[in-house]
Amino acid sequence: MAPVAPKSGDAIFASVDRVNAELFTLTYGAIVRQLLTDLEEVEEVKAARSNNFLVFVMSCCRGYNIGVRLVDEFLAKSNVSRCVDFRETAEVIAKVGFKMFLGVTASVTNWDAEGTTCSIILEDNPLVDFVELPDTCQGLYYCNILSGVIRGALEMVSMKTEVTWLRDMLRGDDVFELQVKLLKQVPEEYPYKDDE
Amino acid sequence: MQFFGGSEISPSPPAPAASGNNAHMLYIFNRNGVCLLYREWNRPLKTLSSQQDHKLMFGLLFSLKSLTAKMDPTSVEKGNLGVPQLPGQGCSFHSFRTNTYKLSFMETPSGIKIILVTHPRTSDLRDSLKYIYNLYVEYVVKNPLYSPGTPIRYELFNKAVDQYVRGLG
Repeated sequence: MAPVAPKSGDAIFASVDRVNAELFTLTYGAIVRQLLTDLEEVEEVKAARSNNFLVFVMSCCRGYNIGVRLVDEFLAKSNVSRCVDFRETAEVIAKVGFKMFLGVTASVTNWDAEGTTCSIILEDNPLVDFVELPDTCQGLYYCNILSGVIRGALEMVSMKTEVTWLRDMLRGDDVFELQVKLLKQVPEEYPYKDDE
Repeated sequence: MQFFGGSEISPSPPAPAASGNNAHMLYIFNRNGVCLLYREWNRPLKTLSSQQDHKLMFGLLFSLKSLTAKMDPTSVEKGNLGVPQLPGQGCSFHSFRTNTYKLSFMETPSGIKIILVTHPRTSDLRDSLKYIYNLYVEYVVKNPLYSPGTPIRYELFNKAVDQYVRGLG
């Protein structure tokens, strides 16, 4: 039973403020460049491999903070109601979310048997226009901010997930592939203790 | 490449039916029970300290949501009363009315709850609550100095909300 396709992000994308796409790409490139520079100044970081790992973690954390705020804007503008299951959630992220914020539509594939893991495939990624990784940064996950954003946003709607990169165009693959794995759903608990 | 400007908070606000300050209070809570915003325009009687008042309000809503989901005659699965639910799941009540006031409620899947207490003869305020949620996104969420989960202390947001609510019928 395929989930009903949510209304497309085209309409919302047309109505929100947009910035020049080149400005966006170059700004993101500057952020990554700055992250690399900041970490190079750290004395303990010697090997290029651990440098890339730190950038990976830092951009994931920044992405997480962005995701936590992004989800409210997404809910306010797109008017989607609560998704019934994780399949619908993944479709909404790919079709409405990516379209609304990056202007590209992603597709969802590779569902596992329980329906808790899927892959989101991006053929076109505005973050990497004009980008080529130099030899010193061959292990770098350039777009890792996206995995943090998805993880942060899903946590705010009570889903604990793990998001990893399977394929990356900057490393020679043909598309970008993100694996999203649902760890658990965390329902709301009454926050106050009874004796207060 | 695209390059467009113009900023409109969407959707555009519903047209107010009557003028005059109709609303009594507004509360905004997050999913952890933290009261992000409390605005008061017309509240002649206060019986509790503000902390107790917020807890009472949050507890009331939490229980009401549980009750309404449990009593839903159309839903297939009936969880036990008091079982924690995902925000936005199950049927959620959106207003109740007494002879002296009407309380309108909206909850987003991210756990943000907006409550508006108004005059009892107010019509359905769901669109207005959505508009207030949009205001929250524009003025608070997008503010880089705001830490999510802390009370809101921005004059600009307060003024925008006051102005909008004043125009409500």
